[in-house]
Amino acid sequence: MASPSTRGAAIDLKSVSKHYGSFVALDKVSLHIEPGEFMTLLGPSGSGKTTTLNVIAGFTEVSSGSLDVGGKSVIGVPAHKRNIGVVFQHYALFPHMTVSRNVAYPLTLRGIANPDREARVRKALDMVKMADFGHRFPSELSGGQQQRVALARAIVFDPPLLLMDEPLGALDKKLREWLQLEIKRIHRELGTTFVYVTHDQEEALVLSDRIAVFNQGRIEQIGTGRQLYDEPETLFVGKFVGDSTILRGAASASGDETAIDIAGRKVATAKRLTDGAIPVMLLRPEKLSLARRGKGGQDRNTLPGRIGEAIYLGSGSKYEVVLADASKAIVRSTLDAETFAIGDEVDLVFAASDAKLLADDENADFTLT
Amino acid sequence: MTAGATDSRTAVPAVVADDRRRWFRGQAFWLVAPALLLLVVCLGLPLAIVTLRSFSEPQWGLQNYAWFFGAPVNLTVLQRTFAISAWVTLVCLIAGYPYAYLMTAVGPKMRLILILCVLVPFWVSGVVRTLAWVILLQDSGVINSVIRAAGLGPVKLIRTQTGVVIGMAQVLLPFMILPLYSVMKTIDLRLMQAARSLGASPARAFAQVYLPLSLPGVYAGAIIVFILALGFYITPALLGGPRSTMLSTLIQNQVLSLLNWGRGGAMGVVLLIATFVLLALAAPLTRQPHKTGSRR
Repeated sequence: MASPSTRGAAIDLKSVSKHYGSFVALDKVSLHIEPGEFMTLLGPSGSGKTTTLNVIAGFTEVSSGSLDVGGKSVIGVPAHKRNIGVVFQHYALFPHMTVSRNVAYPLTLRGIANPDREARVRKALDMVKMADFGHRFPSELSGGQQQRVALARAIVFDPPLLLMDEPLGALDKKLREWLQLEIKRIHRELGTTFVYVTHDQEEALVLSDRIAVFNQGRIEQIGTGRQLYDEPETLFVGKFVGDSTILRGAASASGDETAIDIAGRKVATAKRLTDGAIPVMLLRPEKLSLARRGKGGQDRNTLPGRIGEAIYLGSGSKYEVVLADASKAIVRSTLDAETFAIGDEVDLVFAASDAKLLADDENADFTLT
Repeated sequence: MTAGATDSRTAVPAVVADDRRRWFRGQAFWLVAPALLLLVVCLGLPLAIVTLRSFSEPQWGLQNYAWFFGAPVNLTVLQRTFAISAWVTLVCLIAGYPYAYLMTAVGPKMRLILILCVLVPFWVSGVVRTLAWVILLQDSGVINSVIRAAGLGPVKLIRTQTGVVIGMAQVLLPFMILPLYSVMKTIDLRLMQAARSLGASPARAFAQVYLPLSLPGVYAGAIIVFILALGFYITPALLGGPRSTMLSTLIQNQVLSLLNWGRGGAMGVVLLIATFVLLALAAPLTRQPHKTGSRR
């Protein structure tokens, strides 16, 4: 076996498509994953992220395109010959085998005999902190414990690549957050390439080196969590990753400056736009602040509105502000900031440079969960 | 208690449900009494009389059993009865296993059709179905016409053990398929995907994951089919010849033709005991070690 530092395999998808009759599950998806990287495929259900995982695992054959794992094409190679670890959402432990036999199963298949096999099973169970449960049957374990055993089984044969399909989806929040940290630790210790599928953007931000955002069978954007949050390239990414306020209006250019008409006010933009363009303005909650009506200051953009909802969060407050055109803005403020009550007349204040201007994409209309 | 009070709007309060359960438990005997009575009067009593007469006719003693075990022909028939039943079980298993698997793999519409194909024969009397087999299996029947047309020559099917096995297997097949299906539909097919990802070829994934998980259904179906086959009467009587006689035919012969209730009863008791012994031997197989003592 290779040393831990070089264990991970690179993955290269080039223009991969998958059709089911007339339904396009994947539409020319290209994705390069570095050896040892933690890549998350993020998107709503039906966006193609799980199909991509199944294509890499060998459960689904591609309709067209190329797929290399570790520099070699795996198109046409059956799943059992790909040597890729897979962790499923529903654990998929063999109910008729004990924990030890489950974890030993891939080693048995590879003809690894007993002193070695037992040692590796113990090591894998140690890594997921399940060493004392070897003699139990899966039905005697909790969901979180079963998933840790499934993880041990998927890494015990030292695969250069580990795929995880919403592995924490069936667990409660506390357990999920703790297991996220465990998965991060195991990734660090193994040096294996991890490809992780989730629809939970927070989970993606916690775990990943990079995130690929999927929508309707395509990748919208690939980048680090920070890039996706600060520099979303599409409205879909902006809405899917993190909270955001979206304002719409027509642009009007005069001389060097461009402004957008939003709710009857001219809002200055940092970028030049062509006259008559209808962009979307995306603002992150922490880039917005609130002031009493008329006290917003002159150097920044202000939009009048009324507090529609005030939520105390402990570490601060979250406000929903209803603007004159009935659009809603979400504002997060810190504890020391001024507090407002429902119905207060306020000004929404933000710097022109903090507003992301994006093309309006009607297809991106979806409800956030 | 408090839980019962807070849930009272949506569900039966726990206290009330508990009370109801306690009431049922107290009255349980009277609720099962009709079924017990039926069992005693319609099964226990006749069985007791048959057993009694096997010892008492024509006089008290073991003469009927001595006769049974003393006549080689009886032992041959007993042995054949078990052999035919074993063959029928095997044929049902081989035909029923893929069929039951198919039922779990197809969509709901196809599944309905497959279930109907299993159940429709239940609605047709066994005699009619057996007579249909007489037509199919006879020397100038459909099956032999096809075989002859294929140039494989006529094959003797009717009045042979093969004919009996074919006919019985067809009648008993649903008793194999239904238990198999009920177990197979609980098997998570994603386990096969998991096995493949771990390096198992489809054949190994089946042998090491699917097959072991389906075994409870195999045992249940096999036991039901085997026991029903042991006591089968109409099909072997109509499809079999003198060299494929089963015990039930001998019993019928003793009781109805020779009016010898003692000997007929003795044969029945032997068959019953043999069945019980078999059930006792098979019982440990149907117990699943991994399902006991699990989460509660």
